[in-house]
Order: sequence, then structure tokens, then C-alpha cells
Amino acid sequence: MAVMTHRGLRALALAASAIVVVSACSAATTTTAPTSAASAAPAATSEPSAAAHKPVTITVASLRPGSTQDAFDAFNLQTSQFEAKYPWITVNGQEYNWTAPDFTAALAAGTLPDVYTIPFTDGKGLIQQGQLVNIDARVRALPYASKFNPNVLVNGQDATGKIFAVPIQAYAMSLTYNRTLFTQAGLDPTKPPTTWDEIEADAKIISTKDNVAGFSQMATQNTGGWQLTTLTYALGGRMESTDANGKTTATVNNPQTKAALQMLQKMRWTDGSMGSTFDYNWGSMNQGYASGQVGMFVGGSDLYTTLIQNDNLTPADYGITTIPLASDPNAGVLGGGTLAAVNVNTTEDQRDAAVDWIDFYYMNKLNTQAGAVADAQALVANKQPVGVPSLPIFDKATYDQSQQWIKDLINVPTDQMTPFTSGIFQQPLVNEPRVNTQDLYAALDPVVQAVLTDKNADIDALLNAANTTVQAIIDKG
Amino acid sequence: MPPSPLLRRKADAPSMGLRAQAIAASSAPLVRRQRRAWLTRDGLSTLVFLLPLLLIFGLFSWFPIIRSVVMSVQVTNLVSTPRFVGLDNFANVLADPLFGKAVANTAYFALLALIIGFPIPLVLAVIMSEVRRFKGIYSALAYLPVVIPPVVSVLLWRFFFDPRAAGVFNTILGWVGLGPLPWLQDSGWAMPSIVLEATWAAAGGTVIIYLAALLSVPSELYDAADVDGATIWQKIRYVTLPHLRAVLLITLILQLIATAQLFTEPFLFTGGGPANATITVLLLIYHYAFQNSLGGDYGMAAALSVMLAVFLGVFTAGYLWLTRSWSTTS
Repeated sequence: MAVMTHRGLRALALAASAIVVVSACSAATTTTAPTSAASAAPAATSEPSAAAHKPVTITVASLRPGSTQDAFDAFNLQTSQFEAKYPWITVNGQEYNWTAPDFTAALAAGTLPDVYTIPFTDGKGLIQQGQLVNIDARVRALPYASKFNPNVLVNGQDATGKIFAVPIQAYAMSLTYNRTLFTQAGLDPTKPPTTWDEIEADAKIISTKDNVAGFSQMATQNTGGWQLTTLTYALGGRMESTDANGKTTATVNNPQTKAALQMLQKMRWTDGSMGSTFDYNWGSMNQGYASGQVGMFVGGSDLYTTLIQNDNLTPADYGITTIPLASDPNAGVLGGGTLAAVNVNTTEDQRDAAVDWIDFYYMNKLNTQAGAVADAQALVANKQPVGVPSLPIFDKATYDQSQQWIKDLINVPTDQMTPFTSGIFQQPLVNEPRVNTQDLYAALDPVVQAVLTDKNADIDALLNAANTTVQAIIDKG
Repeated sequence: MPPSPLLRRKADAPSMGLRAQAIAASSAPLVRRQRRAWLTRDGLSTLVFLLPLLLIFGLFSWFPIIRSVVMSVQVTNLVSTPRFVGLDNFANVLADPLFGKAVANTAYFALLALIIGFPIPLVLAVIMSEVRRFKGIYSALAYLPVVIPPVVSVLLWRFFFDPRAAGVFNTILGWVGLGPLPWLQDSGWAMPSIVLEATWAAAGGTVIIYLAALLSVPSELYDAADVDGATIWQKIRYVTLPHLRAVLLITLILQLIATAQLFTEPFLFTGGGPANATITVLLLIYHYAFQNSLGGDYGMAAALSVMLAVFLGVFTAGYLWLTRSWSTTS
């Protein structure tokens, strides 16, 4: 019996190790309250003076891990330019790539850089949790503060309109296609598909002639839900509705989502035009596309930079056009973007410096000629893309003006982007679902996966189950 | 070795009455001498050697375990202030439709791993024990997958599992007119594919253990069996297996515990897909904790962790109790 007890204890000790994994992650928790607006001091001055400031060091999100040395050289050049302008500030770059699990862990562990970026979808939630610094006074002191597009700025504001994060980049979803594969399949790359029927037909031709996936769909790490939402919007559906009392209802089992899944089901199982890989996420889809394994996919309009920096894309392959919209009056293109935010674990001096960095690195190029030209020159000097299509952070006129300032430095194949740039400003933009966005996307991932991997997937049952799940999450708050 | 005087004194302390305390007070110099003697003998060095162990285990094992149990009765995302919710997290886990799926998938993996992963190392060990030449090389080759980092193994096997006809495994299957198989891209094939890789990755360690046990079987027993006219199967049945019984029991329980904690392979291979076909209990814990970028539900993650630990503890104790008569050491 003594032996038995000893063994039992030993086995229990082994079993107890199961709970160490998660809990160990919790040991380094940092919880810090947000700074009040009253304590936030304006940062930007027209002529910075080193004598009036104490030396300060900030850590800023730099580039994605795996970016080319040229890309890092360009970043370092811009860092040195910033430090020359603000000699009391030292900037340390930290490689950074936002994914939901990585961000959650870094947020909980308090290891985010002092200036980091988040998708529009996370702005409101992080503000409510007190995880973003109130930089309202600092941002409003900037000369262009009043020019922000209100529909874009709202993603970084709280309910009272205080600014906690600055929109730095906006994108619309697009149809990205491989021009070389189009040509090889006998299709005209200057005339990409303009309807979903044409996408289906072209996908079939590409898969037959090129022996690669004609059309591919992301399905993991919440991207399946994100992509399905894009298709739903394009057909006129919505994933959530909010009534006059502010109560949000999940509507992921709407007819347009069902139609979108049926379209995928047809391409996958009837046409056989989606290849054999169905677990793409954002990164692996980019890799698959850049390596010539994907004819078409739905992606952000700003992907070109990443495809060059991380995936060794051959520029001649790149083609982009607008997503076909259904005739439904609610049909629109999903738009999203990126916010720059300041870590709550910073001093007042660091917060001043952080806003100076956001102003210099992200914003100057959008609204001042000197900033736009300097940014473009630094990128060109290091063989980085200049002129990648995006959406206006300010008004359309400012956007056009910024493009004009750098027109002689643009080095991306703009003619290959014309189908997108000539059409996107006529398409209605629809923001991502506002409530529990990432949870909603996560709940839809298995639905997309089921349709792509199970020939007999019951779309109605899958969508109803997902709707119940999402509603429960919304109700939980 | 008899316990030190100080330890004896501590052991007696709870039963001391007033009279004994009075005696103790009057003999304070004696106690001090005894304490000094304990320190100057091996007591201090014992404490010094024990301290790092206590600190490391306390900091990295016991504290997280206690903290997990505390978190399991709280709503916390490690950002907002934690709130006590009693057993709500446990109820929420049990009500989650994915919980049943994760348990079923984990059990399915355990079953497949038992069918495929348990006998293969035994067979390999028996074959290798019969090899006369280059035994060391075979042992090294068998153990090689174990020293490859799991992430590298998984990335390597992802390459092998390429679902296209030109993929490594599909090309090999094509040589004999089979396939191509979807491997990780199909709900039915994903879990068996993971078991294949996991078996390859872990078999080496078990083979070495079995081999050592096999080599410890006295050769006279085989000689006696030969004299009695035993066949090879009878020798395995009546000589080899009885000697491996204790090792088999331990490796089986360790394998079952390991399969219940399956995480790395489904996390890296499939992320739990397709359509939750490979989501396991540990992966569900991970999803609770890290899926939402606004801060996960660490309370539910901790609750499921505690449930798993309790289950494995009870299961292990029950298993050892039921099989106590089989073990050669009980």
C-alpha cells in the first residue's frame, strides 16, 4: 500500500503539470490604469528644442519578423532622421507582427512596445479595458488633427470622442490575382473578372490550365471569418445588427453568407478550382500567392508591401482589382485599417515621444510634402515599395495631394493596380462588425473549413450553430 | 540513519504538554547546543542544497499551479481586475459545445496512439534485441527523431503531408497506384496523420527503454525455454513479456498522460481544424486563453486545466490500483 501511495502521488504530480502551462503565462501580469486626459500634455511643437527636454527612450514596433535587410535599412534610416529631429529621443525598433494570440499574450505579459499597432477592430475594446493611453490632447495639438476622416478616426475614439489611438493606414478588400498565371491560362490580365460568375469561370480555367488553385480562401487564425464577412458584404449581407437601444444581434446565418458559402462549395467540390490546400491563414496565403500557387484570392489592397518585404514576390505577377459587388443596395466592400497606440506602461515623457514618433513615422508622409518626399526617398533608397494603393486617412483631396508629391518616386507597378485604383472610390465602404469582431471571425473559421473539407457540409446547420455561438459571446459582453 | 536531534525535537513538539514545555524552557542552552550541532553537521549543507530546488519548484511549478486553481474561480483576462465567480467557469466549460468535441478528439487520438504508437516500439525493440551487429547504430537511428525539436519535426512533416499529387507522401503512394490523400486538409484524415507523426517522433525513446528491459532478461530463461521446445512466440509470451510487465505498465500510463496533454502537433499542424476535427483539450485551453486579441478568458482556461489535472490524477491512481497485482514491484 505504501508503494501504491507513493506511486499515486508521483502520478498526481505528473498530472498536475498539465495546469502549469497556462498558469505560467499568467505570472508576468501587468495591469496599469489608463492616464487621464487632464494629465496628457500636448507634444508636437514646430521647432523642437533639445535643451527643453529630458532624454527619453521609446521602443516602437518596427517591421514584421523575417522582413528583408533592405526593409530594415529603410526603417533604420527613418529612425535616424527622427532622432536627428528630436535629439533627446532615442528610438529602439522591435520586430512586431499583430496576430490575435501573439497580441493577447504580449498584452497580458506587458511586453508590447511603447508604440504598437492594432487593427481597427480592437480599438474600442482596448479602450474600454483601459489598455490604451488617452492621447487626445497630444493628437489634437497636431496641425492636421481636424482633417481626419471622422469615419476612420472613430475606430480609435471612446464613446465621448476622446482619441486613444491614431488611424495610420486604411485599406479596402480587393481581389488579388496573379497576372502571370492569368496569361499562362490564356486569360487577359488587363481584364480581371468583374463579377463572381467570372471569378468562378476564371478560377476553373486557371486550375485546369496552370494546375494550381484558381481561387483560394483563407480559413484559419480568424481569417476565415474575416474573408467570409468580406464576401457577405459584397453580396449585401451583414454579420451583426444593432437596434436603437444599442442591443447587438448576431446575423451570421443571413442569406448572403449562405450564398457566399454555396459559391465556395461549388468552386471546391463541383468545379475543383480551389486546389488542395484549405488551411491558409494571412501569412501562408501570401506565401502561396507569391510562389505562384494561387491564381486569385481576396486580400487587403495594401498587401504589395508585405509581399515584397516578406514573400519575395515577382512584381510582374501582381494584379489587383476591386471586389465585385452584387446589385443589392447594401452591397459594399469591407474596409479596415490600422491604429497606432501607446503602451499604458509608459511615462509622460515617453508618451510625448511616442506621439512625436507617430506624427513623424506614420502621419507626416500623409499630409506634408516634406514628410511624404522624405519617407518615399528613404524607401526608394532601400528598394522598398512606394505608391502602394491605400484609402484616405484624411479626405480624398489630401490623399490625392500626397500621391502627387511623390509621383516621381513611385516605384510600384501602378498600371497593374489600375483596375483597383480606378474603381475603389466608387465602391461603398462598410466597416467590420463592431462587437466582438475577432470572436465572430473565430466562430466562422470552422464553418469555412467545413465547407472546404467536407463535401456534405450542411451550410444551414453550420451557420445556425455559429450564430448561436456568436450571440452567446455578444450576450456575455 | 537516525533523524537528527532537531528533527526529533520538532516531531515531538505537537504532543508536548505544559510539563514538557517547562522542561524544554529550562533546557534552552541544550537546545541551542543541539541546533548548533545540527548546523555544523550536515543540516546546513542539506538546506543549502535543497534551497535552489525549493525556489525553482516553488516559483515555476507550485506557484503557477496554485495560481491556476485561484484563477479557475475568477473571471480574469489578466488585464481587468479579477472577479470571483465560484464554479461558473467550470459550468461554462461543461456547457461549451467544443468541450465535448475536444474530449472526443483527445480520446480518439489516445486510441489511435495506443493502437499504432504502443506496439510499434515494442516490436522494434524486440527486433533490435535480436540484431547481432551494429546494434548501436540501430539504437541511434531509432532515437534520432526524439532529439529533433518538435517544431522542426512538424514543419518537416507538413512538407511530407503536402496534399498535392506532387507531395512527398502522395508521390510515394502514387508509385503503388494509391492516393493522392488529403492528409491534414480533410476532417477524417487529419487526426490519423497527426498520430503518424507523433508516433514517429516519440517511438525512439520508448524503444530504448524496452531495449534496456529486454537486455536485462536472463539468457538462461531463453535457453531453458529452448530445451523445453518453446517456439519464438511462446518465448515472447512466457519469458519476454512477463519481464517487461512493469515497464509496459509505466510506459502505457505515461503515454496516456501524454496523449491527454496533446498540444504541439495539432497546434502546429492544423490549429484544431479542419472544422474542429483535431481540437484537443489542451488546444481548447489555449483557445480560451489566447484566441481573443482583447485578452482571453483565462478563468475558463484555468478551469479546464484544473479539470484535466484532476481527471489525470484520478485516472492514474485508479489505473495503478487496478493493475497493482500485475506490477512486479508491488
